[in-house]
Amino acid sequence: MSATLEEILAQALQELAAANDLQTLDQIRVQYLGKKGSFTLQMKELGKLDPDQRRTAGQAINQVKADFQKALEDRKTALQQAELDARLASETIDVTLPGRGQSVAGLHPVTLTLRRIAKIFSSVGFKVEEGPEIEDDYHNFEALNIPSHHPARAMHDTFYFDAHTLLRTHTSPVQVRAMEKFQPPLKVIAPGRVYRCDSDVTHTPMFHQVEGFLVDENVSFADLKGVVYEFLRAFFEKDIQVRFRPSYFPFTEPSAEVDIECVMCDGKGCRVCSHTGWLEVMGCGMIHPEVFKAVNIDTEDFTGFAFGMGVERLAMLRYGINDLRLFFENDLKFLEQFN
Amino acid sequence: MQFSEAWLRELVNPAIDTQALVEQMTMAGLEVDSVNPAAAEFSGVVVAQVVSVTAHPDADKLRICQVEVGADEPLQIVCGASNVREGLKIPAALIGAVLPGDFKIKKSKLRGEQSFGMLCSEKELGLAVDADGLMELAADAPVGNDIREYLSLDDQLIEVDLTPNRADCLSVEGVAREVALLNELEFNIAEINPLAIEHQETLAVKISAPEACPRYLGRLIKGVNATAETPLWMQERLRRSGLRSLGPIVDVTNYVLLEMGQPLHAFDAAKLSGGIEVRLAHADEAFSLLNDQEIKANSETLVIADAEKALALAGVMGGSESAVSDSTQDIFLECAFFNPSFMMGKARYYGLHTDSSHRFERGVDAEMQSRAIERATQLIVEIAGGSVGAITEVVAEEYLPQRPAVTLREQRIKRILGVALAETEVEGILQRLGMAVVKDAEGWQVTPPGFRFDIAIEADLIEELGRVYGYNNLPQTSLLMRSALSQAPEAVLEIDQIKDLLVGRDYQEAITYSFVDEDLQKKLVPEDAYIKLQNPISSELAVMRTTLWCGLLQAAAYNTKRQHTRVRLFEAGQRFLGIEVDKQEKMLAGIALGSVNPEQWGEKVRKVDFYDIKADVEAICALTGREIKFVSAKHSALHPGQSAEILTMQGQSLGWLGMLHPTLEKQLGFDGNVFLFELSQTVLLERNVPVFSSLSKFPSVRRDLALLIEEEVSFEAVKKCIDDCQQKLIKQVMVFDIYRGQGVEQGYKSIALGLIMQDATQTLTDSEIDAIVNSVLDALSNKLNAKLRD
Repeated sequence: MSATLEEILAQALQELAAANDLQTLDQIRVQYLGKKGSFTLQMKELGKLDPDQRRTAGQAINQVKADFQKALEDRKTALQQAELDARLASETIDVTLPGRGQSVAGLHPVTLTLRRIAKIFSSVGFKVEEGPEIEDDYHNFEALNIPSHHPARAMHDTFYFDAHTLLRTHTSPVQVRAMEKFQPPLKVIAPGRVYRCDSDVTHTPMFHQVEGFLVDENVSFADLKGVVYEFLRAFFEKDIQVRFRPSYFPFTEPSAEVDIECVMCDGKGCRVCSHTGWLEVMGCGMIHPEVFKAVNIDTEDFTGFAFGMGVERLAMLRYGINDLRLFFENDLKFLEQFN
Repeated sequence: MQFSEAWLRELVNPAIDTQALVEQMTMAGLEVDSVNPAAAEFSGVVVAQVVSVTAHPDADKLRICQVEVGADEPLQIVCGASNVREGLKIPAALIGAVLPGDFKIKKSKLRGEQSFGMLCSEKELGLAVDADGLMELAADAPVGNDIREYLSLDDQLIEVDLTPNRADCLSVEGVAREVALLNELEFNIAEINPLAIEHQETLAVKISAPEACPRYLGRLIKGVNATAETPLWMQERLRRSGLRSLGPIVDVTNYVLLEMGQPLHAFDAAKLSGGIEVRLAHADEAFSLLNDQEIKANSETLVIADAEKALALAGVMGGSESAVSDSTQDIFLECAFFNPSFMMGKARYYGLHTDSSHRFERGVDAEMQSRAIERATQLIVEIAGGSVGAITEVVAEEYLPQRPAVTLREQRIKRILGVALAETEVEGILQRLGMAVVKDAEGWQVTPPGFRFDIAIEADLIEELGRVYGYNNLPQTSLLMRSALSQAPEAVLEIDQIKDLLVGRDYQEAITYSFVDEDLQKKLVPEDAYIKLQNPISSELAVMRTTLWCGLLQAAAYNTKRQHTRVRLFEAGQRFLGIEVDKQEKMLAGIALGSVNPEQWGEKVRKVDFYDIKADVEAICALTGREIKFVSAKHSALHPGQSAEILTMQGQSLGWLGMLHPTLEKQLGFDGNVFLFELSQTVLLERNVPVFSSLSKFPSVRRDLALLIEEEVSFEAVKKCIDDCQQKLIKQVMVFDIYRGQGVEQGYKSIALGLIMQDATQTLTDSEIDAIVNSVLDALSNKLNAKLRD
């Protein structure tokens, strides 16, 4: 009988090994372990034996059944794994193909620059103010201490609509408007479009400026130097040299031009800085008493500083753009470089 | 202003090199624009004298010259210049010389005759653009001297870009004064010995407009030689300041202008009738200027006139009729002070800008005229001879610029500059600036000199202190000031958020000009009134846009012409419906053309359509949390069947959306549909602050309806009809299909709706759901003639 049992097991293991899918495997399980399965029938035969024999024979059958079951499980696991492997293989794709659907675009470099400027100044509490682009002569000139025949007007090539109405030539009128509207202390930046009647390789008739000013009880030129210096280092993310050079603006006094060490050549001298090693980046100064007078702020109570910078110029230096006119051609090949 | 460094150094010569000098000037507010050599590089050229000239045997135009060059023997040099003659002193390039352009001089043979060098013209030495003969040197030029040394060619031309407040530096003396004070040196000014009066003739001078001309000096110099040669040194200084030599009289007046900053004018005395009158022009008084410009003066213009007529535009330019010419014998030399407040804008009014007007507008020292006229007289007589008459001077003291003392408080210096300057430092700087300083209790009383027109208030003095002390020596502090917490208004949407959304939806930001082509503006929105610039830069940039579409359409067309078949752009900026502040409205606009997605393997190519752009607009509006509606409406720039006005629920117009009108599409050179939107930022940026409502614990139910409905009935009408049923449990109505074709009668469409219903307090029963659905169906059927599709 033992030999028979072993023969059955050998047969069963052979069949398991030959089974290639889970369904066949299940049929084999039924064939051996089902109600009428070979091993089941063997168990039924045990009753005919005397108790001693029954015990030995029973152990032998159980052993064989256990061997079979283990072989069955192993085979099942193997087949399941094979099935999963096959599925994974069949589902494998080329992950290097580009993604599907919409792409994204980007912001104009002027906007990128304006946002960075605003972010740096807002970190110390500067608020953004805006003003009209079509201005009156009073806010653009008179209130800024530039009377009608002042030679400084020759530096502003102004677009006019009529004798008193013009396109603002700088963002400084926002300074006047803000001081008319609010009482000090004031910390304001005013970004926006400005216009000058000038068009050539280095001038476009429209460009952007950011005006900034601060008015409080004890503001000095030293504070102005500190703010400008820290701003420029933050903007260029570089420990650049900064120098202040006496200059003239009718609406500030003392007035200064601010030069930075050329960011293209690190101050060694190149075409961009006309071999001086310095780049002029903004104008600034202490707010002129005449300007305070125009907005009824008493200069004995308050002092303040103001600064103004060209956004395109800063963007050109920051990103290495070599032609101002590109900013307003809106060529996608240019714009997409900033995405 | 441009001048020669050597000239400056003759007046003040600090022990620093050119580089340091220029840096010092720039850092004191006299910005040096450029420094250029006075002459191109060359070497080996000496002062030479022609000893003899003989004809060349084989060439008509060439001569054989024996030339003394300071060597043992004269050199033989062949020369073709027409002005070569015996005794002439000229520059000679010797063998081995290198002329500008790296031109090397070698021993040569010209038509068989040996030549040991070259006689040079100004052009060959790079001193002039053109020349018509050899450069003739003065008779006393030392033969054998290096010409660079003799002409002081190792000099730099310094160009200073002066700010309008620094009129005092519009002369070599002015710059010297500044350099002297920066280096704490003295400076020398030209010594002037008034010449003896040699005749008694004078011209009467009358000032009829003393407020404009408070001081006028004039004198007659008789018997000048107007064709005398201006000496080389003066010609060179004029040249190095960018002025040409125009004869001795004009050269001297120009020279004094450069040297002292005082403009002068010389009239040909023979052309004057009667005395001189300084007066306002009669209305439309016509005369012609030195540049041959005919002007018709207005009655606010100051002129110099004789008894009969206006001769010159005072302080701007002389007249052609009374100008000095080669035949002039007697001159009337004028030296005046014109008030800057009167002169401002006068030259510009006539389209002029002269060295003279530039100075008078900014301010000439009113005390300088007497010295200047003596200086000019001395130079004229030196060069052109003549006998000198007495000076006639007319002054209206009350109109001369006053220089009242300015109060300077010690504490104010600290408050503005952020540093307390020592008393001696303050006084030292101010005194070196030529100011009279008197100490008082709080600080000083400071009286500025006549040449400073820019010192009237305390701040002016503080600026001077800061400037001379050095801005870069002033302290620098980190900002410490009162701060208030910033606001974060939630009911206002920030434009940056919308810009970021559009970027995420593949719209590239553009910035286009605010002024546009008038024709394009008219084509797009003929009904809009636009405003025109008085002085546009070109006709393409002549009127203010009333819609951002002008620029976006041009930018899109620019790109489609450059191989871009898919363009999506947006812009945020103002439009201008009028010049008033409230007519300048901030807008946000977009344009899209080409395929929806960039070309790719994963999606079929589909052209962008109305609903794609509508989704973009809806996404923007979704940021506001407010409901909006789209109403079919006509816009002149848009396709009448594919355009919508966007309204708030209160009926306020938010903007427009649609397809560019096919006619415009063609005119603007597009070859496919173009979609546009434009929204008012003022309306758009109002945001709803969310209000919480409690969540329902009960499940929602969905019922789908397929309705047959007439083609003309819009979805908006269906939606409104359902809303009007006031079934509060309907939480959402969505369209999930639109079908036309087989099974649907012509003129009808099938619209498939999903109704989502939910109650906050219970699970809805079938009968409740049916009741809601039936009430909706009844309303649709009664009001819109809609039928349920089988």
